[in-house]
Amino acid sequence: MAEASKMQVSDEIAIQITGMNKWYGQFHVLRDINMTVQRGERIVICGPSGSGKSTLIRCVNRLEEHQQGQIVVDGTELTNDLKNIDKVRSEVGMVFQHFNLFPHLTILENLTLAPIWVRKVPKKEAEETAMYFLQKVKIPEQANKYPGQLSGGQQQRVAIARSLCMRPRIMLFDEPTSALDPEMIKEVLDTMIQLAEEGMTMICVTHEMGFAQAVANRVIFMDQGQIVEQNEPKEFFNNPKSDRTKLFLSQILGH
Amino acid sequence: MSDAFFRTEMTPPKAPPITERGVVKWLRENLFAGPYNTILTLVALYVLYSLLSNVIPWLLNGVWNANSLQECRDIVAASAGEGATGACWAMIRERWNQFLFGLYPQDLYWRPALALALLLVAIAPVLFSRVPRQLFWLTLFYPAIAFFLLWGGSIWTPIVAMMGFGVMALAYRLLVPLTGVTVAAMLGVLAAVLWWLLLDARLAEMLSTAIPVGLRSVGSDQFGGFLLALVIGVTAISFSLPLGILLALGRQSDLPVIKMLCVGFIEFIRGVPLITLIFTAALLLGYFLPRGTNFDTILRVIILVTFFAAAYLAEVIRGGLAALPRGQYEAADALGLDYWRAQRLIILPQALKISIPGIVSTFIGLFKDTTLVSFVALLDPLRGVTSVVRADLNWKGIYWEPYIFVGAIFFVICFGMSRYSMYLEKKLKTDHR
Repeated sequence: MAEASKMQVSDEIAIQITGMNKWYGQFHVLRDINMTVQRGERIVICGPSGSGKSTLIRCVNRLEEHQQGQIVVDGTELTNDLKNIDKVRSEVGMVFQHFNLFPHLTILENLTLAPIWVRKVPKKEAEETAMYFLQKVKIPEQANKYPGQLSGGQQQRVAIARSLCMRPRIMLFDEPTSALDPEMIKEVLDTMIQLAEEGMTMICVTHEMGFAQAVANRVIFMDQGQIVEQNEPKEFFNNPKSDRTKLFLSQILGH
Repeated sequence: MSDAFFRTEMTPPKAPPITERGVVKWLRENLFAGPYNTILTLVALYVLYSLLSNVIPWLLNGVWNANSLQECRDIVAASAGEGATGACWAMIRERWNQFLFGLYPQDLYWRPALALALLLVAIAPVLFSRVPRQLFWLTLFYPAIAFFLLWGGSIWTPIVAMMGFGVMALAYRLLVPLTGVTVAAMLGVLAAVLWWLLLDARLAEMLSTAIPVGLRSVGSDQFGGFLLALVIGVTAISFSLPLGILLALGRQSDLPVIKMLCVGFIEFIRGVPLITLIFTAALLLGYFLPRGTNFDTILRVIILVTFFAAAYLAEVIRGGLAALPRGQYEAADALGLDYWRAQRLIILPQALKISIPGIVSTFIGLFKDTTLVSFVALLDPLRGVTSVVRADLNWKGIYWEPYIFVGAIFFVICFGMSRYSMYLEKKLKTDHR
């Protein structure tokens, strides 16, 4: 497995979140979030369900709106300006828990759709790129099948390839392995590790603590909409500071 | 003693026992399973027998060559004996043209026939993906061609009317970079409406006096039968689908004004009987429209029937939209697709596929509802033409035959639509569930 320390982190700032708050009606889901992500960082966010970790990364590409504070992605601030939102979205790839492939399109069409329509890449070039990334996630032979014909693990790898076809500078993973059978988790994690080794800036919401230990350079623990603790993985797992973190870790690692 | 077990050989599959297959089993299970079922079977057989024993001789004694209902009856009596019944198809033989064309001038039958033939060619690329795409050009101009063939008159009327769509496209093209898709489309429609209301009539008149080219004109009052049903049905079907899609999307819009307009439209139109709308179209619109606009009755009815079908379609399609998981919208958003691209490439193809059965049901209903135009004195095939035929002394008193004939044609067309929808569903099935 990769050695996390080998992977380079630059000083350039990829994502800057300052004083960010979000409410669902009266419910305060994200409270005073401050967070800086440097280019090349691999960040794992964990926490109990309902802690706001998915909501947080969904704010980064504006699938969710924040009501207060500032989110700047690659130098572009997220506001109501649709042009900025589209710009950020085309730079930020996202992988979902339930893959969200387009079932009416073949794998190849799933991969080429956004490059052709958003990036205006010629069809042939888009298909070459698509095949390149399918090879990378090790399923080029499935290119002309439909998503419904693939296993969960294969679908998730296609979803990763689909994001990569847009040549994103940042990748967000929203519990990418939570809907998978245990046998398929590894193939998806391997793909993610490979990505990390290539220097992709990644934020992963996941419960795969092994992945966190191997790949992440920072682990963030959230509870009740707040960042409770963040540290480099070794310290985080071996020497957690807050009681809430200790409890959480004992619960997920204790069996 | 232990319960441990392990299998050394897998059991191969075997055929079911002889009593569990074949015709005998089917009969026993479905018709004679117990005394109660047996009685029901016998009763059903008796009912079937008494029905068929009346209907079959009536059909078999059918007369094709006669000049009046009385002559039909005489022939039946002579050949099958006194008191026998027989169908009088001779009426259809004599009047089939009125069932198909209404009072359309006989020497011009080639025009609707040609329009129908062209219709089949024009919808082919819409219905089947293997038809050459170039045919779409015919589809695009078909409305003007069909209008010209059916109503005749100056060739400039349909051409200038089609130019309204050109104006719409041009306005949209020019405005899109400035205002974005939604506003540009609205302004485009507005430009086209202004064109039709203000310029259309004058320009067409000018051109036709300058270059008078045209066909003999045929008034809407001469249309009838299946010609009328198809004109209304096909036009309303092809315009109600896009309108229904827009209404369904509008109903989900984040913009309160658009949402309110769409909900209001849908609920109002669905809340009123179609006949009311058709009456409105035929009678009241005349009062509301600017004086001097000569707005054809058939055209008015088409517009109202289109609205009616669109309101129903909007709800059918909304069901399809609601059935899509939210993840599809999110994935489209996350990839940077804007609203209209996401709708066109991701959402609608799936939502419409789910809605195919409902959409086609609405279409079939619409097509059959075209017979309601008899209430505004248009000659629909069912009531309109039949009453024209019965008004003839020779055919006075004929009852079943016209209904069977008209019903059969309706059935063929509607059944065709139904089979097509099943074909389409099968073709588009990619989810492999």
